[in-house]
Amino acid sequence: MKEVKGVHDVKAVPEVKEYTGAMSAARLAIVSDAPSAEALGRDLEQDARYQGEGCGAVCTFAGIVRSTHQNRRVKYLEYEAFAPLALKAFARIEDEIGREWPGTSIAIHHRIGRLEIGETSVAIAAASAHRADAFRACRYAIERVKQVAPVWKHEYFEDGDVWVEGAASDIEDEAARRQALERACA
Amino acid sequence: MRVKVLLFARLREIAGQSALSCDVAPGATIADVWQAIAMAHPRLAPFGAAVSCARNEDFARMQTPVKDEDEIAFLPPVSGGALELIGS
Repeated sequence: MKEVKGVHDVKAVPEVKEYTGAMSAARLAIVSDAPSAEALGRDLEQDARYQGEGCGAVCTFAGIVRSTHQNRRVKYLEYEAFAPLALKAFARIEDEIGREWPGTSIAIHHRIGRLEIGETSVAIAAASAHRADAFRACRYAIERVKQVAPVWKHEYFEDGDVWVEGAASDIEDEAARRQALERACA
Repeated sequence: MRVKVLLFARLREIAGQSALSCDVAPGATIADVWQAIAMAHPRLAPFGAAVSCARNEDFARMQTPVKDEDEIAFLPPVSGGALELIGS
């Protein structure tokens, strides 16, 4: 580190990992153990069973660690999150879904730490009275997570490593939100 | 005044630390905090156009003013796209 007046190392500040403790049992969480989309779906169904029309559809999505990325062979991945802000992003997505598809509930669990090929990195469930809303809300949630949640993926290949970074979407960017909505409703 | 700075993912790796503190003048914005950090860690400078930021665990903008003892987080673009930035 170059010596610059006014910028100091802080040794006492906790490591990033300490911000990322598991918060299981919540609908929206950053977790260090394998998330289960099915379990999230079951919980949503139970909560929605006697609400309004009841629950007629649960749609789940699991994001899985793939063995290749752009023709490179993946060894493993590491995910890192700024957990308190990620939870706020998830809450925003939940709120957007509530406005777009009233009565539809959503659960999002994103894993952090080291993941092997075949493991689930993100689990999402959407529950609604009818299937169209459940499908759309589920797709919308993952599109928005990818756009705005402060979660970063570090890919380790047999011949090197790379942070996978995409265009950062401002959480207030309405054009990006509409793009996610269009994908969800395609 | 002094603010705490958090760095994530590639920014953390480049700086070699996840947290540091930074002195800025009264009236400073998050952009001024970034400037100070990029001076100390010149390899961070190219990321200036791509980072987003948070203030006290809430989404913020680079022009947001900072207060003494604020916690400012700098966030590289999130995963989910294929664009690889300079230096990858």
